[in-house]
Amino acid sequence: MELYEKMGYELRELMDKKEVSAREVTESFLARTDAVEGKLGSFLTLLPEEALKTADAVDKKAAAGEKLSPLAGLPIAIKDCICTKDVRTTCASKILENFIPPYDATVVLRMKEQGMPIIGKTNLDEFAMGSSCENSAYQKTHNPYDLSRVPGGSSGGSAAAVAAAQVPFSVGSDTGGSIRQPACLTGIVGLKPSYGSVSRYGLVAFGSSLDQVGPFARCVKDNAMLFDAIAGPDAMDATSARINRTPIAPNLKVGVKGLKIGLPKEFFGEGIDPEVRALIMAAAEEYRKMGAELLEVDLPFAEYALPTYYIVSSAEASSNLARFDGVKYGYRSPNFEDLNDLYFKSRSEGFGPEVRRRIMLGTYVLSSGYYDAYYKRAQLMREKLKQVYNAALDRCDVLLTPTSPTVAFKLGEKESDPLSMYLSDICTVSINMVELPALVVPCGMVNGLPMGMQLIGRKYAEETLYNVAYTFEQTTGLGWVCPTL
Amino acid sequence: MKYEAVIGIEMHAELNTKTKIFCGCKTDYGAQVNTQCCPICIGLPGTLPTLNKKVVEYAVKMGLACGCTINRETKHDRKNYFYPDLPKAYQISQYDIPLCENGEISFYVGEEKKSVRILRIHIEEDAGKLLHDNRFSGTLIDFNRCGVPLIEIVSQPDLRSPEEARAYLDALKAILECLGICNCRMQEGNIRCDVNVSIRPEGNEAFGNRVEMKNVNTFSGAVRGIEFEIARQTAVLEAGGAIEQETRRWDDDRGESLPMRSKEDAQDYRYFPEPDLVPIRLDRAYVEEIQSSLPELPLVKFERYWKEQGLTQYEATMLSTDKDKASFYESCIAVKPNLAKQICNWILGDIAKLQNQKHCLISDLSIDPSALCELIELNVAGTLSSTSAKAVFDEMVATGKAPGTIVQEKGLAQVNDEEALAAIVEKVLSENQGPIAEYHNGKTNVLGFLVGQCMRNSKGKGNPQLFNKLLAEHLNQ
Repeated sequence: MELYEKMGYELRELMDKKEVSAREVTESFLARTDAVEGKLGSFLTLLPEEALKTADAVDKKAAAGEKLSPLAGLPIAIKDCICTKDVRTTCASKILENFIPPYDATVVLRMKEQGMPIIGKTNLDEFAMGSSCENSAYQKTHNPYDLSRVPGGSSGGSAAAVAAAQVPFSVGSDTGGSIRQPACLTGIVGLKPSYGSVSRYGLVAFGSSLDQVGPFARCVKDNAMLFDAIAGPDAMDATSARINRTPIAPNLKVGVKGLKIGLPKEFFGEGIDPEVRALIMAAAEEYRKMGAELLEVDLPFAEYALPTYYIVSSAEASSNLARFDGVKYGYRSPNFEDLNDLYFKSRSEGFGPEVRRRIMLGTYVLSSGYYDAYYKRAQLMREKLKQVYNAALDRCDVLLTPTSPTVAFKLGEKESDPLSMYLSDICTVSINMVELPALVVPCGMVNGLPMGMQLIGRKYAEETLYNVAYTFEQTTGLGWVCPTL
Repeated sequence: MKYEAVIGIEMHAELNTKTKIFCGCKTDYGAQVNTQCCPICIGLPGTLPTLNKKVVEYAVKMGLACGCTINRETKHDRKNYFYPDLPKAYQISQYDIPLCENGEISFYVGEEKKSVRILRIHIEEDAGKLLHDNRFSGTLIDFNRCGVPLIEIVSQPDLRSPEEARAYLDALKAILECLGICNCRMQEGNIRCDVNVSIRPEGNEAFGNRVEMKNVNTFSGAVRGIEFEIARQTAVLEAGGAIEQETRRWDDDRGESLPMRSKEDAQDYRYFPEPDLVPIRLDRAYVEEIQSSLPELPLVKFERYWKEQGLTQYEATMLSTDKDKASFYESCIAVKPNLAKQICNWILGDIAKLQNQKHCLISDLSIDPSALCELIELNVAGTLSSTSAKAVFDEMVATGKAPGTIVQEKGLAQVNDEEALAAIVEKVLSENQGPIAEYHNGKTNVLGFLVGQCMRNSKGKGNPQLFNKLLAEHLNQ
């Protein structure tokens, strides 16, 4: 068994027992990346030398007898919309082709404090807008389990890299499902933390009130280890929750006896592939066998979540992306007549079609005369949805739902049909609007392709989600299988 | 037809917090370009603002000083527009729930007390500065000012003349200074105004279409701009034209306002709540604490000085609108309440002269209030002539010695002994036969000359009233 096939926590144990070095671990993942990257296209930037330097520093510390952090020497990949000091951060957009941030995102600082070798920056849909990774200005990423299919998006590069064992860990961002849907379609564990659990400082904003950075890993324990490292209050982010947590990973528990699991019927209706529905119901049945109580719950207004989401997220995006104007950094059109022309051409040429579509949509819903009809009503609906979800979670400890209506679709299948692409987010977007945590764990295969279920918890109750997922993983033995590439 | 002007003013005042509103950068004026900025205030991708709480405190101070209601639950909003001096392409401001609203301030325009309603005061961030330099082909941007905290104080259209507008601006400035929240240096752009002007036939209730005049950077410019606009709008109406609602730019050098954009081109700022910041929630105790810590405001001071302490309106204004002068005046009258008038004379006279020479505040001169009172009393009691008092004052400032000590050391005490003075009078009379003859021929004003001669002979120490009396007695014998 190759080192790259081992889980992060197993590698930790081997390193702690001095059976392997951080360099050996890093080299194993770099070699794997070398071998498979040509087929997958997970990375936009690779940083092998820097990663090895970090690994060597960890080994030196270990040799000196210093105590290592839980994630020291374990490689990681970072979605390319998260700022890395002195390393190009493109958001998979032409407009930021040469943008080199002079600062690290808070999550990156925390990885560096842990001593995690950063292998590279991963591909995404431009500015995290998309569900297939096809909206990247640079390349398409392929699903490691079927190269003709998408890995999901927008954090498709981060998901594919972990699923293909190019790295044991990665981070993505999730505004409407961008961690959960690719985790689901590549058969790995992905968490969208509660809004405020992880600092957003350094994450290039898409929908500021929805965005969260979150971890990818191949098993629940690894995922919890990374969450433990990146979560927590940050003075640089006014919206980060001022709560101090105890680490989750060392305290994971198996057991769901008496746990109330809600099955919102709105998530199992039309549009969900019957085989996907059956798989999720089978997972629920497993929980029941383990002693959990299953409850059918109502989530009224759930059908308004998708349009509401597209109003709120596009409105915020139109403002957040206004700064890419060709004045200070990023792409500037070489030919312009005057200031307005500079703005117009730089933005028209620098942004891809999906980003332009959302900017126009967002600008429209915020415009005077339309604000009340769209943005304001969307905010009211958002408040309503929060009440609805909180009421359901008063009755249940967690909600169990599908993550994606289908398994990974073919590259190009939905590219020319934005609406059908938007529908692939139908199970995930509302969770961002209600600011709750949601964890996706593999729960089997449909037609030989991975599928994951979504567990939704109370605000800041990530620990419950991890325990519930861990129980499933440990009891059923379902989980990540190394793809043959 | 006679027209009446209707004027409303939006004042932007830079708060003098040590750091910017949403990051830790300094706010010092005049620093090397682009040295007081960071990824946050230049809006690099991924950065987030965090609120400087001092800004809220200062704005609440101003709100309470202007009698506003404080909205204890409020928020920030984004004002979206593209301009190269605005790196995020939105300004974090406040839209529908300003921190402070519905206030009123009063001030005097000549003898008349005037009140102006304050619509709102909100907090926001300043933009950068564009530098147009002929040595370069393009425009350069200095981001130092990006994120400097501002309060925008919006009045209701309650002003009716350029004089009232000026008095209103002076009154706001006095409050800002009194609270110590703004440096109020016009030349450094600490205060900038947009002025809304419309005119209507006298007696009409309905407002005319208003013109918003931007780029008004001095108070005298505001007065000139308003005068210009009133004249321009009057001329348009009298020529049978109509005033269009528009935005104009005041060009102070040319002394005229120029069209900027019409109503149709009005920008849609697409305000929406700032998602990167949490709502502002202030508890009652916080607001009450600020309220109780407010200093005495300029208008209250003014009325006290004027009505209770017998200063003229001019004197009361000069003292009440200048924090430094008011503070020194207060410490003096605390020692000798009955000397208000004389203390004021000294502050506006010799002390102001000295300040001008040294370009400093009174507090920099380290004058002991009780020493000044002692000096005034020596003068009032006749122990010291006014001339000598000035000499003692100079010595006092230079050495810090007590006036009594200086008088003794220099022998400057006024001589009130009639016998001693009579000798001088006789000497002067014997030496000035010419003037005496003139006096007897009816030119009685030579008396003043003769008093002067006596003072000279007494080296300034003789009591001039006594000299006058003795001379008159001699001459009229």
